[in-house]
Amino acid sequence: MLELRNVYKTFNIGTINEKKALQDLNLHLNPKDFVTVIGGNGAGKSTMLNMIAGVYPIDSGMIILDGQDITNKPEYKRAAMLGRVFQDPMRGTAAGMEIQENLAMAYRRGKRRGLSWGIKSEEKEQYREALKMLDLGLEDRMTSKVGLLSGGQRQALTLLMASLQKPKLLLLDEHTAALDPKTAKKVLDLTEHIVETQELTALMVTHNMKDAIHIGNRLIMMYDGHVIYDVSGEEKKNLKVDDLLQKFVTASGEEFANDRMMLA
Amino acid sequence: MEGILLATQGAIAQGILWGVMVLGVYITFRVLDFPDMTVDGSFALGGAVCATMITKGMNPFLAVLVAILTGVLAGYVTGFLHTVFQIPGILAGILTQISLYSINLRIMGRSNLPLLKMDTVFDMVQHAVYNLTGLELASVHVALLIGTIMAILVICLLYWFFGTEIGCAIRATGNNEYMVRALGQNTNVTKVMALMLSNGLIGMSGAMVAMYQGFGDVSMGTGAIVIGLASIVIGEVLFKSFKSFFGKFMSVVFGAIIYRIIVAYVLQLGLTASDLKLLTAIVVAIALAVPVLAKYTFFKKLSRTLHYVFARLFGKVKRQEGEQ
Ligand SMILES: Nc1ncnc2c1ncn2[C@@H]1O[C@H](COP(=O)(O)OP(=O)(O)OP(=O)(O)O)[C@@H](O)[C@H]1O
Ligand SMILES: [Mg+2]
Repeated sequence: MLELRNVYKTFNIGTINEKKALQDLNLHLNPKDFVTVIGGNGAGKSTMLNMIAGVYPIDSGMIILDGQDITNKPEYKRAAMLGRVFQDPMRGTAAGMEIQENLAMAYRRGKRRGLSWGIKSEEKEQYREALKMLDLGLEDRMTSKVGLLSGGQRQALTLLMASLQKPKLLLLDEHTAALDPKTAKKVLDLTEHIVETQELTALMVTHNMKDAIHIGNRLIMMYDGHVIYDVSGEEKKNLKVDDLLQKFVTASGEEFANDRMMLA
Repeated sequence: MEGILLATQGAIAQGILWGVMVLGVYITFRVLDFPDMTVDGSFALGGAVCATMITKGMNPFLAVLVAILTGVLAGYVTGFLHTVFQIPGILAGILTQISLYSINLRIMGRSNLPLLKMDTVFDMVQHAVYNLTGLELASVHVALLIGTIMAILVICLLYWFFGTEIGCAIRATGNNEYMVRALGQNTNVTKVMALMLSNGLIGMSGAMVAMYQGFGDVSMGTGAIVIGLASIVIGEVLFKSFKSFFGKFMSVVFGAIIYRIIVAYVLQLGLTASDLKLLTAIVVAIALAVPVLAKYTFFKKLSRTLHYVFARLFGKVKRQEGEQ
C-alpha cells in the first residue's frame, strides 16, 4: 500500500541549524495496516508524515502509494489519496466557514473544483447522517461556524472530513495530543471505529505508549530519522510499556526522551 | 441647504463608484487575508486605460471592459510574483504597484488625460434615457443610477462566485491554507484567482471614476488601499448585524458611501483635500486599534456609556447577538 524507500530529508542544509530529520527511512505498509508510531522528540515522526503528504519535498529516496510513485507529486495532488488529521485542532478546519461548508470542501477532496455550487442540497442530508455518528450534536449545528467548536469537536470533525472520501491512507499526527483525556479517549474511539468500518490503512503517531500498544495491528518505533523497531500481530498485543522502553534503550543506546510521552 | 444636498448626492455617487474598488480590496484583505498593495496601481491603471481608449475613439463600454481586463492582468502579475517566485505578498503587490506608475504614464503618454467633449458611459446613458423617456437626468443622477446597477450586479456576481466550489476554496484559503492543500486544492491557484478578480473590480472602479471626474490621472489611485480599508472598517462597524456573505458585501459598499459623505462634510468644514489622507489614515488606525483598546477598562466604560446614549437616542436597547 505504502512504501518508503531509502528516504532522506535534511532541513536547513549547510546552515548552523542543519538537521537530519529522516535518514535512510524504509517502511512498507500492507493494505489495512493500522500502524501506531512512537519515538522521542525530534525522531522524525511528523516529518515522515509530512513527507508522505508532500508538505516538503524529500532529498532522496522514493515514496510509492498504492502502486504510484508519488515522490515528486505536489501536496495538493497527493491529497486525493490521503486523509489527514493534525496535532493542532486549528489546522484541519476553516474556522470562518460553516460546518457543512467544511464538510463540502472535504467531500470534494481529489476532485476538480469548478463553478457548480460549493454545497448541494442533497449533500446536506448525507452530512447530517455522518455528523450523527460523531454523537456530538453537530448534526443540529450544520450552519454554525467551525470556529465556535471546541478543540475536541474540531478534531472529531477533521477526522470525519478526512474519511468522507475514503482515503488510500489515513495520516494521524498526535491528533489527540491537544485534547483533555476524556475528549482524547472519545476521538481515539472514533478513530478506531472509522478505520475499522471503512477498512482504512492508517499511520497514527501517538505520544501514549499504552494507546500505541492497544490500538492497531502494528507498531513502529522511530529514532534518529528511521525505524528502529517494528512489531505486529500477537507479539505487539502482548507488549508492555516496559518492553518498549527496553527496546528503545537496546536499539538506540539512549534513554527514551519525549516530553509529551505518557509512560503509564 | 441645497448646497449640502447636492454635495451629499455627489458623495453618494462617488461612494458607489469607489465602492466597487472597495469590494475588490475586501476580497484580498478580508476574504483571502492577503494584504494586496497592487490596488493603488490597478485603480489608476483602470482609469488610464479607460481614458486612453475613449480618447482613441473606442466605445466607452468596451473601454471599461478593457480596463477590467488590464486590472485582472495586474492582479495576475502580483499573484505570479507571490506564488511562483515566493516573494512576500506585500512586496509583490508593491512591485506591481510601482511598475504600474510607469506603465500608466506610458499608456496615457502624460500624467493627466482629460475626457473633454468625449462621450463616456455616463453621457451615453444620459442620452439613452433622454431619447427613451424624454427625461433630462442630471449627471449626478446618472452616476447614481449606473453606480447602483453596477454595484448590485457586482455584488450578485460575487455572491454567486463565492458560493461555487472554487469560490469556497478561495474563502477557505483565507481561513486556513494548510487545510485547503490537504483537501486537494492548489492554493497558488486560489490566491492568483482572488487577486485577479479583486484587481479586475478595482480596474473597473478606476475606469468609472475616471469617466465621472472627466479625466484619467496617474496619481488617481494614490491612497486607494487606505480608502478601501477605511470604507471596509466603517461598513463593518456600522452594519455589524449584516452577517450573511451578501450582507457583508453590501456593508462594504455602504461603508464606501459613508466614507465619501464624511469626506464631503469635512471639506465643507474647511479642511482641504490634501488633509484627507491624514484623516483617512487616522480613521483606519483607530478602527484597527479598537480591539486592543477594548481591553482597557476606560474604553469598556466609554463604550458602555456610548451604547447607553445610543439606546436613549434611538429609544431601544439592542441586544448584542452572540454575547452571553
Ligand atoms: N520545517 C522544518 N524546518 C526545520 N527543521 C524541522 C522542520 N520540521 C522538522 N524539523 C526538525 O526535524 C527534526 C524532526 O522533527 P519532527 O517534527 O519530525 O519530530 P517528531 O518525531 O515529530 O517529534 P515530536 O515528538 O516532538 O513531535 C527535528 O529536529 C525538527 O526540529
Ligand atoms: Mg511531531
